[in-house]
Amino acid sequence: MIPASFAYERAQSVREAVELLESHQGEAKVLSGGHSLIPLLKLRLTSPTVLVDIGGIAELKGISAEGDRLVVGALTTHAEVAASPEVRRHLPLLAEAARQVGDLQVRNRGTVGGNIAHADPASDLPAVALALDAVITVEGPAGRSEVPVEDFILGPLLTALGGSDVVVSVAFPIPKGKWKGAYEKYPHPASGYAVAGVAAVIGVDDGGTIRDARVGITGVGDMPYRARDVEAALVGNPATEEVVRRAAERADAEGSFSGDLFASEDYRRHLSKVYTRRALMRSLP
Amino acid sequence: MTTTKTVVTLKVNGVERTAEVEPRLLLVHFLRDVLGLTGTHVGCDTSQCGACTVLLDGRGVKSCTVLAVQADGHEVTTVEGLARDGELHPIQEGFWEKHGLQCGFCTPGAMMTAVELLRQNPNPTDEEIREGLEGVICRCTGYENIVRAVKYAAERMRG
Ligand SMILES: Cc1cc2nc3c(=O)[nH]c(=O)nc-3n(C[C@H](O)[C@H](O)[C@H](O)COP(=O)(O)OP(=O)(O)OC[C@H]3O[C@@H](n4cnc5c(N)ncnc54)[C@H](O)[C@@H]3O)c2cc1C
Ligand code: FES
Ligand code: FES
Repeated sequence: MIPASFAYERAQSVREAVELLESHQGEAKVLSGGHSLIPLLKLRLTSPTVLVDIGGIAELKGISAEGDRLVVGALTTHAEVAASPEVRRHLPLLAEAARQVGDLQVRNRGTVGGNIAHADPASDLPAVALALDAVITVEGPAGRSEVPVEDFILGPLLTALGGSDVVVSVAFPIPKGKWKGAYEKYPHPASGYAVAGVAAVIGVDDGGTIRDARVGITGVGDMPYRARDVEAALVGNPATEEVVRRAAERADAEGSFSGDLFASEDYRRHLSKVYTRRALMRSLP
Repeated sequence: MTTTKTVVTLKVNGVERTAEVEPRLLLVHFLRDVLGLTGTHVGCDTSQCGACTVLLDGRGVKSCTVLAVQADGHEVTTVEGLARDGELHPIQEGFWEKHGLQCGFCTPGAMMTAVELLRQNPNPTDEEIREGLEGVICRCTGYENIVRAVKYAAERMRG
């Protein structure tokens, strides 16, 4: 469990990090909390020649409410998200998901930016990011840009990030009007990662009709996805358990499912429906 | 750019320690091999067992998943730093009184994780203790007494 040798550089600002990454032309990797990267280094599944440590950059830390969204700095830890009064008040489902990442120790080191940048298909936060239409702020050689999460996560461990790009923050829009949300997870008994994780939001109008429904699903396949079929089956209907039960049956209509030693493809399809139902039930007003 | 050694200075159990290390050196190996603090154990190579848990700036972390260079300029508390002036820390007392260990391999990590848990929640229920200790694997599976030990410590620490 000893990583191969690498050089180590510490960036004092995002600009400096981008410049360092650029100067190493694709040979360097960003290091944040290290809780996805260091395990890979230890098993020598990856061996970058340079690590650019952004862990000390103050501007990347913290959570702020900006208009109708919560902006979470890339270096904010899962523990900080879970404990944040702002997050708990405005986006309780995000706090719920952060609280279920790994274990106590992992949550103290792992970061929101690293979680999204790593794009592990069993990570929890992508489900919430998808359900809320989160926007990722990226800084690269050409400056800053905002990328919707659906255009950001492209595949298993694959994102739209270029080799010299740094995730600066993740902005989570706060749904409008009367709404509730929840995150329901089936953790892998050994790793703690999501075998199935579902983030749901239901918004209703004054008459109790569903006007907004969002479902993000992670863990079950190669990539987290929005269950648009489920959403379509909810919107315009009364917010009742029966409507939820029927809609949840469509959770596996999209997404690419895969099986492994622990859970077969069929079982994961089943879990996607069960956990969608549970998350939606808790999101009924 | 070099892969050569860098100088790091950490405050470990209240004492400043400086050493030249390779960037790839894990904090747990720094503690064990460079400083000789072998109370911090290594029980896995997948960041799952928690035997290596220490406090980094007062927060429980797995020292096998932190580079020594990342801890440069920071404070570390290991199991060796729990007792004060020959007096056991309440969590150590708890493990003693409630027989919270069998082979003892997971114990340093279990105690450091428990200290973190009690920092976040000084009055946990049994359920919360179990959840809090999720990141500790006891191969002897002596979890019942570990929960009792943490409960004991919580009571003592609340006074
Ligand atoms: C035992 C264990 C259990 C875990 N369980 C879960 C779980 O249940 N659910 C879950 O979601 N996650 C889980 N994780 C992963 C954890 O959440 C990670 O911390 C997180 O996925 C990565 O964040 P990090 O800050 O540690 O990133 P790092 O490990 O530092 O980096 C990960 C990757 O992202 C890149 N990167 C990091 N930050 C940036 C940035 N700002 N800009 C550009 N690129 C960047 C790095 O170059 C690297 O490729 C677990 C980890 C461990 C060790
Ligand atoms: S040795 Fe660190 S978690 Fe197992
Ligand atoms: S007491 Fe033996 S591993 Fe826990």
